[in-house]
Amino acid sequence: MKKIVLNLEPLTCPSCIKKIESALRKLDGITEAKVMFNSGKVRAQFDEDKIEAETIAKTVSGLGYPIISQKVS
Amino acid sequence: MNAKQTTRITAATGLLLAAAIGLHLIGFHEWRQILLIAATVLAGIPIAFKAFKALKMKAFSIELLVTIAVVGALFIGEYVESAAVTFLFLFGAYLEARTLEKTRSSLKALVDMAPLEATVIRDGETMIISVDNVVEGDRVIIRSGEKVAIDGKILTGNATMNEAAITGESVPASKSVDDRVFSGTIVDNGFIEVIAERVGDDTTFARIIELVEEAQESQSKTEKFLDRFANIYTPAIIALSVLVYLFTRNIEMTLTFLVIACPGALVISAPVSIVAGIGNGARHGVLIKGGDIMEKLAKIDTVVFDKTGTLTRGKPEVTDIHAIGIEKTDLLRLVAEAEMISEHHLGQTIVKEAKSQGLELRNEPENAEVIKGNGIRATIEGKQLAIGNRQLMIAEGIQIANEIEDYAINREKAGNTAIFASINDKIFGVLSIADRIRPEAADAIRELRASGVKQIIMLTGDNRHTAELVGTQLGLDQVHAELLPEDKVAMVKKLKDAGHRVAMAGDGINDAPAIATADIGLAMGEGGTDISMETADVVLMADRLDQFSHAYSLAKATVRNMKQNTFFAVGTVALLLAGVLLGKVFLASGMLIHELSVLLVILNAIRLIRYTMRKTLKRKNSEHELLPE
Repeated sequence: MKKIVLNLEPLTCPSCIKKIESALRKLDGITEAKVMFNSGKVRAQFDEDKIEAETIAKTVSGLGYPIISQKVS
Repeated sequence: MNAKQTTRITAATGLLLAAAIGLHLIGFHEWRQILLIAATVLAGIPIAFKAFKALKMKAFSIELLVTIAVVGALFIGEYVESAAVTFLFLFGAYLEARTLEKTRSSLKALVDMAPLEATVIRDGETMIISVDNVVEGDRVIIRSGEKVAIDGKILTGNATMNEAAITGESVPASKSVDDRVFSGTIVDNGFIEVIAERVGDDTTFARIIELVEEAQESQSKTEKFLDRFANIYTPAIIALSVLVYLFTRNIEMTLTFLVIACPGALVISAPVSIVAGIGNGARHGVLIKGGDIMEKLAKIDTVVFDKTGTLTRGKPEVTDIHAIGIEKTDLLRLVAEAEMISEHHLGQTIVKEAKSQGLELRNEPENAEVIKGNGIRATIEGKQLAIGNRQLMIAEGIQIANEIEDYAINREKAGNTAIFASINDKIFGVLSIADRIRPEAADAIRELRASGVKQIIMLTGDNRHTAELVGTQLGLDQVHAELLPEDKVAMVKKLKDAGHRVAMAGDGINDAPAIATADIGLAMGEGGTDISMETADVVLMADRLDQFSHAYSLAKATVRNMKQNTFFAVGTVALLLAGVLLGKVFLASGMLIHELSVLLVILNAIRLIRYTMRKTLKRKNSEHELLPE
């Protein structure tokens, strides 16, 4: 089980929280996904055997939220 | 499509709209229409792009609704409306981003204080490396103007440090060998070499940032309510627009509903206040761990304090040296040299005082003997010394002259422990030691009362006499002495059962059970003790009680701000709905009102960033108030 933190550009409309969280939760291998609206971050727990960190990052940027930096631990 | 491109598109759209207005004024109707369509398409691109991306991920988005509304508007030939809606949507988002940044600026200011690199000595070689590569045990060098990159102990050197990043206190603190320094603090003046004890994410500074980030995301009751409301709001509005279309075939009204379906102001109203409030606290050295805690703190009417270490400094100090026929420094040096053998904390207090005055303690005491509970006997420079309380003097058969006795009694009445010192059976001095009341305690208590606390109670394990003395000096409502930790818990419980909302402030370790029992637990951070930082609801990073009174009035201001915002957001929604249904609000005006309400809510929260209660209450340094330790 690993943790990924994605730094996004500042988030504005809070409707994005739902959008990003539900898109991530649909992915196989993600056990927890949380959008930290105020700090502009996405935090997710994932199973590294089932999904790659890159896929998670791509999903978020694919939704239209460019990623500034990411950290996997 | 990133933020910069979107900003450029927004600006271009704005210019197109301005040009369209110009053409309209000089009567070029056709050209105006073309410009408006161009503006709609241009501003519509980033919106439609996002909607499409979300759709591809099978996610619903507000952008999709706006896109549908705009396409619909173009279809029925409402070019002015379509252009205005797309522009307002983008421009609103831009302004929101800029203003929201302000509400988050406190945290950002903190994060920006994070050190990036460190100078370390490895194998005798000095090198500058990234903070990520510093490991525990590294010897780190910090010069004037540089940032400390790790938590650790000073090995050599001394410096004045600006610790604002950790404590919110901007007055520099002086540090020397064996003192602890923290990541994020800055060497104001001096040069120190530090052994790294905690690095990276384990430093106090990194944990503070993490705690503040988490606090800002944790939801208050109001926020949860609003979230539920918002969850229903969007689907309900969509359903409404479908119904309106089916029954009235009024396309304009249908599209207008789609435009106002974003619950922006509703969702954002409470969180922005909380974020700004928590940020303000963090900058002033108070960690408030979340929105629900902010709400509870604002409702507190009873404050319970522990005495030692909370209302008092918790460290006994030498408060006066009364020398008879000898220089004060000689007296202190001799007594300190004798007390070097003592393990008693009073003795150690004297040794510490001598060291802090820069006295050299060279002589080894001979024939030293500790008389338990009374004092010590030793021979220094051939002089026979006896240092201790009255009982020791009596046991040694030493006469205490009346004026010396009077002086000692006076000191004791003021709350000191008086220590007699004799050479060759003659008294030559009295040292007073006391645990001082924190200098800001009286003001902080006054401010708490002024902000609405009804009763202030002190619970202590200390003796009744000492407790009463603190109680009267600070004007507390109740004082309960000689309590065990479980008695404190019982007292807090009793207060809660009586219907009071109780905050308990303690030093975090032995008061932990009582702190956990209270509605709000406050702990002194002591520069980041693990236990207190993790368990308390509110942490005072600089160990200063005025931070508590600030936190309390800040919590009240934050909750007030949040209520204003919620009221305003719900009111706007009601007005907007009524306006649309009555046919007074259309696409562009609907979007305008919506965006304005979001902005106003944010601007209101920004006021909290600058909130201080100091404006009204002037600080006045209280007299030296003393207490026996």
